[in-house]
Amino acid sequence: MSKIKSTSALKLKMISLLASNIGTLIILLLWWGIAQMQLINPLLLPTPQETLVTLWVSLWQDLPQDFFLTLYRSLYAFVIAAVMGVPVGIILGSNEQIYYSCEFLIDFFRSTPATAMFPLFLIIFGIDDFSKIAVAAFAAWLIVFFNVAYGVMSTRKTRILAARVIGAPRWRIFFDVVFFETLPQTFIGLRTAISLTLVVIIVAEMFIGSTNGMGQRIIDAQQTFDLKQMYASIIATGIMGYSLNQVFLVIEKRFVHWKGK
Amino acid sequence: MTIETTNKKFSSQANVIGPKITVRGLTKRFGNELLYSQFDLDILGGAITCIFGPNGCGKSTLLNVIAGLAPYDSGRILFGEKTLKETKVGYVFQNYRDALFPWMRAVDNIKYPLKVAGLSKIQQKLRVEELIALFSTKIDLHRYPYELSGGQQQLISIMRALATGPEVLFLDEPFSALDYEATLTIRDKLQEVFQLSCLTTVMVSHDLEEAVYMADKILLLTKRPTRVAEIIDFYAERPRTAATLSEKEFIYTKARCLDIFKREVYK
Repeated sequence: MSKIKSTSALKLKMISLLASNIGTLIILLLWWGIAQMQLINPLLLPTPQETLVTLWVSLWQDLPQDFFLTLYRSLYAFVIAAVMGVPVGIILGSNEQIYYSCEFLIDFFRSTPATAMFPLFLIIFGIDDFSKIAVAAFAAWLIVFFNVAYGVMSTRKTRILAARVIGAPRWRIFFDVVFFETLPQTFIGLRTAISLTLVVIIVAEMFIGSTNGMGQRIIDAQQTFDLKQMYASIIATGIMGYSLNQVFLVIEKRFVHWKGK
Repeated sequence: MTIETTNKKFSSQANVIGPKITVRGLTKRFGNELLYSQFDLDILGGAITCIFGPNGCGKSTLLNVIAGLAPYDSGRILFGEKTLKETKVGYVFQNYRDALFPWMRAVDNIKYPLKVAGLSKIQQKLRVEELIALFSTKIDLHRYPYELSGGQQQLISIMRALATGPEVLFLDEPFSALDYEATLTIRDKLQEVFQLSCLTTVMVSHDLEEAVYMADKILLLTKRPTRVAEIIDFYAERPRTAATLSEKEFIYTKARCLDIFKREVYK
């Protein structure tokens, strides 16, 4: 009896797993079909099997080094952005006058593509690794502090009043109420920021004198027409981005458990 | 802090009668419009006063001004001989969802005023146990507010407001976001608490029947610029029950309030 029950539960689990991945399967099938029928020049589009084999083989060669260098640079930039973005966001958010006096500047730089500032950062920080990290950190910093400031400004007044009527002094209201009220928006900022640092780092690795990293690896594969390697590296980079996002969602769920409830 | 003063300070059961509230010459503007001008009011100590009046006359504003949550332009507000700063007050908001701290468990919400007041962990725990006994509640206090029903959340808000044993309790339409069943339960719980303590209670209500049912005194306000239309006494015994609602005295008082209300609205 219980055996039947557990197998049917397993079956249900399998079905739901299948259902949530149906899009992925269709894309893989399409890719496979097109490559198999050679509708596109097989030099340009290898089959999924070949690509995955290349990915697997590279895993035991030099891919991990590039992978972790890119990850390291992204996280480095992200940490700078977070450490410098959160306090600035809090200061700007809690002083509306300062915020409004900087509003144009903030909007301007938020609308300027960070990649447009590569040359400027190259001049400031030189051509080594740190200039890439600095550009990414700058772009992510804008996102972080903007979201934090926005979070502070849109704190629900009722909770602050509730703390005030309880007799909480200002520093307590800040640490016990405003900080937590801001947390959901802060996490949105941090999650957007980590995605953005990865984007900027990859682009920087591609185009500003890099000899390693996933960006360099992808563009190298394309230049030498090793398209299997190019697709494999793109997939590996995708896995990195997806994992970072998932890790952040898990952290967010733990720390901001009340969000949306 | 010695145990004796602690008890005096933080026990709501101590039968010290809550202070009377005197408002003198209150002026409050909303932009260019004058809401209150040279407004005088006396609120009886140790009793329940319900504020009722036409829409937009500033019932909640008056409550917030007295509770120190809203600024006012001029005037003087005293609690007995003391100012607001020297008085311990509790406040229950209409919207419990926005007033409780969702990042804290229910029990920590209740403890928060005690923490702010600087009580030790043990004192906090004892006081919470006292409150649980007072409300004879079976709510699982280790849940987060959003895991509780609306009625339970509002009950947590009330327990939080009473945690430090305030002398004055303010309630801003505490039932209007609740369903009928929860309203009845909480009304009765509040009555029990009021019978045990003698705090001064000021409640804003948008429901005349509820206002009369809860009140010792019903404060009726006029349209803007707002004045006191009349203060009506209602002496029915406590605990009041569903039977109270059909008593002659209740029907008479309610009708009288309604007359005054209509007179003021259609003047």
